[in-house]
Amino acid sequence: MRVGVVTFPGSLDDRDAQRAVRLAGGEPVALWHGDHDLQGVEAIILPGGFSYGDYLRAGAIASLSPIMTEVVDAANAGMPVLGICNGFQMLAEARLIPGAHTRNAHQQFIRRDQVLRVENASTDWTNGFAEGQEITIPLKNADGRFIADDETIKRIEGEGQVAFRYVGVNPNGSMDDIAGVSNARGNVVGLMPHPEHATEPGFGPDMPDAMSSGVDGLTFFTSVIERALSK
Amino acid sequence: MPTIVVEVMPKAELLDPQGKAVVGALSRLGRQQFTDVRIGKRFELTVEGEVTEAVLADVRTLADDVLSNSVIEDVVSITVLDAAPAV
Repeated sequence: MRVGVVTFPGSLDDRDAQRAVRLAGGEPVALWHGDHDLQGVEAIILPGGFSYGDYLRAGAIASLSPIMTEVVDAANAGMPVLGICNGFQMLAEARLIPGAHTRNAHQQFIRRDQVLRVENASTDWTNGFAEGQEITIPLKNADGRFIADDETIKRIEGEGQVAFRYVGVNPNGSMDDIAGVSNARGNVVGLMPHPEHATEPGFGPDMPDAMSSGVDGLTFFTSVIERALSK
Repeated sequence: MPTIVVEVMPKAELLDPQGKAVVGALSRLGRQQFTDVRIGKRFELTVEGEVTEAVLADVRTLADDVLSNSVIEDVVSITVLDAAPAV
């Protein structure tokens, strides 16, 4: 499966996302923000980083990039799209998922290994998990506070669009401890923590049995690839 | 050239962490009479040519779609400044 990873000015984790796709058995394809060409990919990842230095609002300027026209069309046609951290912010700015992000409530950048609960294990990017499963992947962000109006929160909670929730201390003040959400169809998923940094033993988060051994993030990428293969 | 000023504020009901940090600093400076600070954004758009109703309508659209995010912010004012007088 060809999985595109879009590089924007200020992207940081595009290479890690490509590597994660490769480790999951897919073929990563580097896509460029200034093109209008998805190069025939079957899924798209908007990676983490600080596109345009978070100017205007985090992810806002990148969400207006040339290639986002094609990304939005593909997402609306059902192509799997994953937004990680800054990519999550872009998905919100592009209105592909509900809500928005503001500065962490405690006003500090945070980086730590984060436990999440999988709330929806049926999306294109989470179907390899079990509902209620707890996973550990790194979290690192400044503008990670997910917010939406009460009506939207009620709707996405009711319709299973909350994909991930923070376990333990809420790291950024996100409403309802929401760490990740999906669109109604379940092909577009955005989350603040970084699955691509937990895909290879020796380079992942610390786990109870061994340091740096966490590979819970790999399931995001195997989920989308295996679902595509089974179609 | 005329300038159009767009002002955007975080929604009143939302926590504004920046403003909260500043009001804390003011309090430490002994200015407890200031009970709240909220920080917004001011955009100055310099326009080539005249500010017609069409230009203003376009700015209103851009203010809603690009300069602000309606989930978290409100556009509180759009005003036209005259061109600076020639010195």
